[in-house]
Parts: sequence; C-alpha cells; structure tokens
Amino acid sequence: MAIDWNIVQTAIPLLARGTVVTLQISLVAGVLACIIGFLLGLAALSNVRALRWLIAAYVDFVRGTPLLIQVFLVFFALPVIGIRFDEIWAGIIALAFNTSAYIAETVRGGVGSVERGQTEAAKSIGMFRWQILTYILLPQALRPMLPPLTNELISMTKNTSLLSVISVYELTRAGQAIISVHFVPFEIYLLLALYYYALIKSLSYFSRWIESRMPVL
Amino acid sequence: MKPDMLSPALRVKELSKAFGTKIVLRNVDLEVRKGETVVVIGASGSGKTTLLRCISHLEFPTSGNVYVDGRPIGRLATSDGRWKTASERQLAIQRRGIGFVFQRFNLFPHLTALDNVAIGLRRVRGMAKKAARDRAAEHLRMVFLGDHLTKRPAELSGGQQQRVAIARAIAMEPIIILFDEPTSALDPELVREVLDAIRVLASTGMTSVIVTHEMSFAHQVANRVIYMDEGAIVEQGTPADVFGSPRETRTRRFLEHFTIPQPKTVP
Repeated sequence: MAIDWNIVQTAIPLLARGTVVTLQISLVAGVLACIIGFLLGLAALSNVRALRWLIAAYVDFVRGTPLLIQVFLVFFALPVIGIRFDEIWAGIIALAFNTSAYIAETVRGGVGSVERGQTEAAKSIGMFRWQILTYILLPQALRPMLPPLTNELISMTKNTSLLSVISVYELTRAGQAIISVHFVPFEIYLLLALYYYALIKSLSYFSRWIESRMPVL
Repeated sequence: MKPDMLSPALRVKELSKAFGTKIVLRNVDLEVRKGETVVVIGASGSGKTTLLRCISHLEFPTSGNVYVDGRPIGRLATSDGRWKTASERQLAIQRRGIGFVFQRFNLFPHLTALDNVAIGLRRVRGMAKKAARDRAAEHLRMVFLGDHLTKRPAELSGGQQQRVAIARAIAMEPIIILFDEPTSALDPELVREVLDAIRVLASTGMTSVIVTHEMSFAHQVANRVIYMDEGAIVEQGTPADVFGSPRETRTRRFLEHFTIPQPKTVP
C-alpha cells in the first residue's frame, strides 16, 4: 500500500477551508457552551428547588441521549414547530447546549468543593448568597475546574465532526468530499486524524498555559 | 445601625440546640453588655462552639431567641405582631451586627491580607475601593500587620492569619464579636501574638464573647467568665470568683486541669 502523495498535496489546501469552519464552529459553540454552562451551574446552586430540579432534568436528558440525535432534533425536528436554523447554526446550537450540560456539572461540582468554612466566613461578614458565589467561591473554584472544563471543550471540538451528517462543510465533510471524487479514503482519513490531533493538542496546550498562570490557592 | 446604649449588645433567651437526638445546648440564657468581654470556658463537647454558632445563626437554634442590640436574629416581626423566620437575605443583613473569628481562620486564600479585610467593606458596606483599602490597612495595623498588607494567607503564619481574620471581623464594626477558640489551631509560640491583639482590642471597648482554653488570658481579659458543661451554663462570675473560688464542684474539677495564676491575694 503506497500513499498517493499527489492527492495529499491536493487535499491539504482543500482541507484548510474545512479546518477554518471547524474552528469557527468550535469557538462560537465553545463560548456559548461556557456562558450557558456557567449560568446553569450557578443556578443549580440556587436555593430555589424548582430551578435546581429543572436543571438536573436538563443535564440528565443531555447526558442520557446521543449527541447525534440531539443534532437531528435541532435540525430536523425544531423546524416542524416553526423554529428553523441553517445547518451551521443548528450544529452550533446542538453542540453548545450539549456541552453546556457537562460544564454546568463541572461548575456545580467545582463550587461545591470549596471548603465550607469559606462560605461561613463570607456569611459572617454579612455577604449575600450571590456575593459569596461571585467574590469568594467562584474565584477559588476556577483553577480546579479548568482541567475538566478543557476536557469538555476538547470533546466538543472533536464532536464537530458529527455535524458532517447535516451537511456542515467542516473538516470531516471536506475530507469526505475529496474521497467521493478521488476515492482515496486511506490518505484522507489519515490526514483528517492529523488535523484533528493538531487542533486538540493546541487546545490542551493553551489550557495548560492558562492554568500555569493562575495562582495556586 | 446606631448602637443603643440601653439595650444589651447580646441577649440570648432559652437557646437550645439538638443535632438529631443529641442535645447540645439546653435553655441557655446570656446577656452581654456593651463593652463587656465575656470568656466562655468548658471541656470539649460542652456546647461552647455551638453556642457561638447558634448566636450567629451559622447553625440554626432548635428553639430560643437571640437579640443583638435589641434586634432579633433569624426572625422578623410581621405586621400582625407575630414572628416569621428571616429569609436568607434578611439574615445576611442581621448578621452584620455580629463578627465571627473562626478556629481555623477561614481567610479567603485568593485575596491578599488587605483585600481579605477590604472585601466586606466594599461589597457589604458599599465603600469605594480606595477608601475600603485605606480603612482595611488601618485595621491591619491595629493587629500589628502593617508590613504584610499585600501577602496572601498562604504566605502568612497561623498567628498572622488569625490576626488578619480578627481585623476582617473588626473592620465591619459589628456590635459584638464572637471568638471561637481563636488560638486552638495555632502552634504554641504563635498563641501569644493573637491573644495580645485581642487584648488590645478588648481594651478599646470592643464587645466580645471569647471561647478559649487559655485560662491565664481569660483571667486577664475577661470582665466575666462563664463555665459551660453539657450544654448549659453551670457557673459565671468575675475571673477572681470563677477561678479563685468556684462554687460548683464541676467547675472546680474542670479547673483542676489547668494551672491558673492566682490573683494577688492580700497578705
């Protein structure tokens, strides 16, 4: 089995376009997932029982169903009730909501793991619950939260490849397009793996760099 | 809150606390006048810490009432003259009259000594950043920490950390400060600096209830000593009375474990 280097040369620039789309989707979905995830995670710590129950149900649903089905739900099922997104936004929304559930759990767990004496000390100077969260607990939870948070964003970035099934022209879809024309699955899938690997590696280095700059408490 | 000189700083009425079936406090009554320093002694498990935690409502009393400067803690009067449990938010506001110094310091590790003290002034008292920090620095100097303002708790010794915690409590200008065994977690050589800081503050008119095992400190600083056993106040009086001539057998037995400097007796 010899590698067809000509096709590799042709493919590299073609895949670059898909890489850009994958990056864009990951970035937008990642930011959305963090915002929604933090809000949900903090709301899960509220003293309103109905709110906690609602979030627990949401997290349970997301974790209990395949991402592929969630993507189909957003892209094919929502239009039936009149909510329509193009394939990129459908993909971004599905990914963001999926990842936000995991991030919510990380935030809830991270804040919950801060020693109880911290909350008591904050109470003893008369802080309100939201102030304790914002000024005392969250800043301390951030560093221990970073590794699991990175894992969730890495999973999400890899999961963007699933969006090829709803015709989002991201990295995987771009590769498949080349394969369908030239029929060179070995070269292309190998290349795709390398592209993803490079993306994920840079993401985890970036995260470790941030972590190294955060003070150890 | 304007302190009202007529009402006591603290009034505890028939306070009881049970954890499940275990009764930790039994109908405790206590009044502390403004400017008074009350020291609570007693064996571990006698309910001293629980008493302080119930006063500040970090632990909710099973029954009984707490008033700080005449105002109830943990309850609110309704318009029809009845009482209801205070919401978390209302309780947070009521707690501003009570300072608390913890056995394990509980400083905020992500903040400098200065910001540990300033954060309450800024976020709770609503002071501007600069003013809050200036005030915080003053309070840290009062506990002899003027040289350590920008250090984080991890860079400070236990004694220094506890003094930051004391400054943090004092800075909020509470009606009363509760000290929960402030030197129990410290290495012996660091105990003195913390006690000295408390002594200085007590002499400036601070109202406080101090739970401690440091008997000679209690002897010097207390206006009144309270001995607790099995969740109840067994005996109270001036240090000379309680340490010098305890009336109760239980008090005497407890005090036999300590060497207490006897007050100078008239020859």
